[in-house]
Amino acid sequence: MPIKSYLAHPKKGEKQALINALSELNGCEVIPATNQDVVVLVTETLDDASDVILKEKIEHINSLKLLALVSGFNTPQN
Amino acid sequence: MYNSISSRRNFIKKMAQLSAMTAAAAMFPGIIFASEQEEGIPNSANLDWKKGPCRFCGVGCGILVGTENGKAVAVKGDPNCSVNKGLLCVKGYHQTMCIQSKDRLTHALVKKNGRYVKTPLNEALDIVADKMKSTIEAHGKDAVAMYTSGQSTIPEGYVASKLMKGAIGTNNLECNARLCMASAVAGFLTTFGADEPMGCYEDIDHADYFITWGNNMAEMHPVLFSRMLEQKTNRGAKIIDFATRTSRSSTASDKSILFEPQTDLAVANAICYEIINNGWVNKSFVEKHCNFSKGLTNMGYGTEDKYSFKDKPEKIDFEAFKTFLNDYTPEKVAKYSKVSAKDIKYLASIYGDPNKKVVSYWCMGVNQHTRGTWMNNLIYNMHLLTGKISQPGNGPFSLTGQPSACGTAREVGTFTHKLPKGVVMNEKHRRLAAKIWKVPYERIPSKPTYHTTEMFRAVDRGDIKFIWTQVTNPLVSLPKTSRYRPAMEKDSCFVVVSDVFPTPTSDVADVILPASWHIEKGGLYGNSERRTQHWDKMVEGPGETTPDAWMTIEVAKRMGYGDLFPYSEENHVEEIYNEYRQFHEGAKHGMAPLEVLKKESGVIWPYVDGKSTQWRFNAKYDPACKEGSDFDFYGKPDGKAVIWQRPYEPAAEAPDAEYPFWLNTGRVIEHWHTGSMTRRIPVLHKAMPEAYIEFHPDDAKALGIRDNENVKVSSRRGSCVLPASINKRGLPTRGQVFVPFFDENMMINDVTLDAFCPISKEPDFKKCAVKVEKA
Ligand code: SF4
Repeated sequence: MPIKSYLAHPKKGEKQALINALSELNGCEVIPATNQDVVVLVTETLDDASDVILKEKIEHINSLKLLALVSGFNTPQN
Repeated sequence: MYNSISSRRNFIKKMAQLSAMTAAAAMFPGIIFASEQEEGIPNSANLDWKKGPCRFCGVGCGILVGTENGKAVAVKGDPNCSVNKGLLCVKGYHQTMCIQSKDRLTHALVKKNGRYVKTPLNEALDIVADKMKSTIEAHGKDAVAMYTSGQSTIPEGYVASKLMKGAIGTNNLECNARLCMASAVAGFLTTFGADEPMGCYEDIDHADYFITWGNNMAEMHPVLFSRMLEQKTNRGAKIIDFATRTSRSSTASDKSILFEPQTDLAVANAICYEIINNGWVNKSFVEKHCNFSKGLTNMGYGTEDKYSFKDKPEKIDFEAFKTFLNDYTPEKVAKYSKVSAKDIKYLASIYGDPNKKVVSYWCMGVNQHTRGTWMNNLIYNMHLLTGKISQPGNGPFSLTGQPSACGTAREVGTFTHKLPKGVVMNEKHRRLAAKIWKVPYERIPSKPTYHTTEMFRAVDRGDIKFIWTQVTNPLVSLPKTSRYRPAMEKDSCFVVVSDVFPTPTSDVADVILPASWHIEKGGLYGNSERRTQHWDKMVEGPGETTPDAWMTIEVAKRMGYGDLFPYSEENHVEEIYNEYRQFHEGAKHGMAPLEVLKKESGVIWPYVDGKSTQWRFNAKYDPACKEGSDFDFYGKPDGKAVIWQRPYEPAAEAPDAEYPFWLNTGRVIEHWHTGSMTRRIPVLHKAMPEAYIEFHPDDAKALGIRDNENVKVSSRRGSCVLPASINKRGLPTRGQVFVPFFDENMMINDVTLDAFCPISKEPDFKKCAVKVEKA
């Protein structure tokens, strides 16, 4: 079960839109920075295929400027 | 450890999240995740929040520590603290996590037959006192020494000074702030006759320009840098980064200007040349409030044992100063500083514009410099010539690295030449100390003994036969540890190390004393802006851990000085502070009473008639100024500050054919100094697990070195192997490499040089010559 963390950078003035869009996606946990235009995103998916699909969905979000992977883990399913 | 797959997964999720937050902290200075902070805090009515200052840097952010059932369970920024207004950096947020480290020093350890034996603290303190006494009896009082810290609390520094200078009667007391702030002190004293910045952090809210001199604030003073960035966004304030390496600060600034190491001296003079040549001098200010002086030149670098130097100031006039500056036209300086004449003129125009407010910030780049005192003087010159000083948003501001380099090292005076007020060389100051300490005046020696580098040289020579270090890790932080580690291992010196965790310094100790950590004791710190900050003990420490101040007092009692240390274990912090406050009574340095400090998140001194003095030397804000004056630099007898004629002189060691690179050393945002605490905080350690050597990509290519490949860096003193870092955290200029010093497994200070500023005796950790090769 892949667990990944990213820094998601919104387009100018669209931080809240990005937070909203990410929060709507299953498997996404969002921790917005209070005083900077950046959002910590942790994704948790069942397998590599769903991870790829989720990443594609994220990358299609309009308010997203840049998605930077910070760490990736793969844990056994329970 | 993890009893189910799902709890392991939750742990991994948490780690993933913390990794991203830490990565964000390295990119965005002062970033805060308030929702996470709140979420991480247990929702319990029993949570008790206690205020204090952050354990780590000289910014002095206010923290609130949440305790439950005697344990620290959460840390958040104190919204009532004007320093950080609720923000914390990544170190501040995670600070208490190191307390739980498994290898915590919980009991005294005494070396017997080459092995450390767990020993009751009382017995260990008996051994320390006996050894100190017998060494004095056999070899004289100057054979014993104490080496403390800018991270010692005010009471810890005070009792160390009282024991060494007042009770024993030796000036063999130094602290690690010699390695970071001595040039700042010497700069303040030579220019203004009074130590510590005249302004305060509120300057950030008023300045139009921030010019940072060799100072990577984004990583070293992250919360202040985030306040500057806020002003940049909200008001259009500009940040100009003047440095030898492109850092996180450079990329976040409006302009980055790079210079060749050591030529900051010449560039500062060129700026003064421009200010004068363009008619930007604030003539009435200079005439009324400044004198001009010059001192000795070609002072040497102190690389030889027992080096000594005394400056001989000589008054000059404005014309002589102007003539001296003819050697520093922007065009001439551009040739060797690698700063274009255009950029020099640009910097000068900022200082010279009467309608723009400018704050200059600096820290180690200027201070750890073989001409550090001169560099401090030169920055003051620019502000004095233009009259941009001691006003909101206008002023030179020397930042400190350590949380109480100001409060303890400089104000209590834990240096060989210092007393809590003034210096040992001054009879009036010795008499005051003797009176408050209730000791015969003759007991306090009038001559300083060893500054830090010379103290460890004296250990090596066998002149010092007993040394007690507290709250510091010199065998990682001193320059040229390749000499001082074997020195401390010699049988000729009995070594006592008081610390919270084992370190390379405790590895050579004969006795290790288990110290209480920050919130396991009460104390006071003093930050960069003259703010005194008090905290109460918040949690019990493990085992026999004890506050350093109390261990010093116990040793003093065992040596027969009990009558001078009549403090109680429960209230010693309060009793000591109240005694210490007497030293600073009056409008120039009055300190707030403890009742006030207990209520407030720190109070700036001078504290006069219930009010902090935010801008010293300006009669509008400072009640100590002479009546009828507008500005009064009252540290000097005639109330005038000094504009110093200080030339450019080369570094102690520059690259040559054999050692063709400059070596620069410093810190990273994740780690505090030698890493003894932050490397035990899992998320910080994981974010930055080991040191590295940064290259300019062209140099790496020429040497055929790839990223992460192991590289051996060597100087005439020693060598060290580290992985290469190319195009990552920072970018040194061509011909320069940079190594952070936090990693005890990669001892870069085996390579550095122990050359120092002859006036301040502060070593230069930023410049020496090295060669690099594939390991
Ligand atoms: S390390 Fe410095 S900037 Fe960070 S929270 Fe502590 S005092 Fe503030």
